[in-house]
Amino acid sequence: MSQAVLFDTPGPRARRNILVANVIGGVVAAGIVGLVLWKLGQEGQLAAGRWTSLFTGSAWMNFFLPGLQNTIVAALYSVVLAVVFGLVFGLGRLAPLAPVRWLAGMVVEFFRAVPVLIMMVALYIGLGAFGVVSPRDVPLVSVVVALTLYNGSIIAELVRSGVFGLPKGQREAAAAIGMTHGKSLRLVELPQALIAMLPSLVSQFVVILKDSALGYIITFNEFLQLSRQFGGGNGNMLQALIVCAVVFILINWLLTRAAALVARRLSRRTSGRTQPRLVNAGAAGAAGTPAT
Amino acid sequence: MNLFEQVSFLFSSYNIPAAFWVNIQLTFWAAIGALLVGTVLGLMRVSPVPSLQWLGTAYVTVFRNTPLTVLMLLAVLGVWSQLKITFAQDFATNFFIYACVVLAIYHAAFVCEAVRSGINTVPLGQAEAARAIGLPFLPAARLVLLPQAFRGAIAPLGNVLIALIKNTTVAAAASVAVETSSVMRGMIEANSNMVILIFMIFALGYVILVVPVGVVTTSLSRKLAVTR
Repeated sequence: MSQAVLFDTPGPRARRNILVANVIGGVVAAGIVGLVLWKLGQEGQLAAGRWTSLFTGSAWMNFFLPGLQNTIVAALYSVVLAVVFGLVFGLGRLAPLAPVRWLAGMVVEFFRAVPVLIMMVALYIGLGAFGVVSPRDVPLVSVVVALTLYNGSIIAELVRSGVFGLPKGQREAAAAIGMTHGKSLRLVELPQALIAMLPSLVSQFVVILKDSALGYIITFNEFLQLSRQFGGGNGNMLQALIVCAVVFILINWLLTRAAALVARRLSRRTSGRTQPRLVNAGAAGAAGTPAT
Repeated sequence: MNLFEQVSFLFSSYNIPAAFWVNIQLTFWAAIGALLVGTVLGLMRVSPVPSLQWLGTAYVTVFRNTPLTVLMLLAVLGVWSQLKITFAQDFATNFFIYACVVLAIYHAAFVCEAVRSGINTVPLGQAEAARAIGLPFLPAARLVLLPQAFRGAIAPLGNVLIALIKNTTVAAAASVAVETSSVMRGMIEANSNMVILIFMIFALGYVILVVPVGVVTTSLSRKLAVTR
């Protein structure tokens, strides 16, 4: 339902009321901003030195950019591995053999229900204690594996719901020309389901990027960690963290826009639904399609 | 030690239920806050006032795209230690309240989207009928739209609740020390030979917390769906 039907096209009185409400809303917003600025000023947070040091070459070359690089590397590894994991277990849930379906279903449901941070911390200390990977790589590996298991099971659900979301006629047509279950899945249903799930996959990338910041808790040198180190060293913690937040918001916002764009472009190439799901609440995601 | 002895050793030397209780309390307070703020935001986004629509959209864009961990750190290292805003004298209580506030602020953006998707399930005719009998925006929303919208939003709201339950572990970044991920960390550090067992205890704890929420909200959303 478009929002325009919630209220009549405003007449003169309603327009006046809206104007008044607009002014009040604006004043309240300005008041909040003013209050924040006043508080910041009172604590000396607006001093120029605390902000200018953020925009020096050394801040970006030594802290922000390397951090961002680590974040993106972890996110890319996780995305690729999660897609593989998702395909394997998503197809497992569609398998003709019941035990395979149950096993895949149990794995997916389990990793969807466990908080990413719990997996990350257990991996971090476990891998460290057993010396499976070199100590230097432990944080990265823990972040990537935890993100892969969680997001992979979300993607498995995407694969499954993508196939289920196709019109029944697709499978029936494949059966009518004599294709077996596997052939119909491989040649008719999956290609369309995968195209239909691309926008959701792009918005899942937002979740992976956001959750990679959890690596901060297990000492992974990602963007948040290095922003914090920079802020701690230069006495401008608040400002450095604000830069970190702004960069994350920008990247994720662009990705969300890209997902919507991809959805529009692809909607003609598949009979599945290409609407990206409501973007995920991150470190947690959820069960069901509109994953928080 | 056999498995049984290991489990009873872990449960007798650490208070695992207490750790989960902290996460449940975080979930409870944050859920109330997020539901209130999120509903107001959802209404703002469908209201006739452009400045309110804009504010609602800006809020959702900002908080949906910021990692929760960054928000937790901003709250504790920025707002608490730099701006010196305290909620309670006692450190533990203070950080607990901070974590609740941050969780509520973050999830309000997702509640807003869930409420909006609920409003989308209400057919056009309902809003038109409300207008036709002369109801202005707020009474139309309160009497006609929201009651139906919430029933349509149960499934997405359930997903937000599940996300919230799991996200309470991120309170570890806000120095809430007795919640599950921190307790588990201490346990594994002290008993690294039982790492898989300890992980499974906490993982199953979350499965037990999360799965019923999913089942209940799915069945509720079917039961309460407005028949059309």
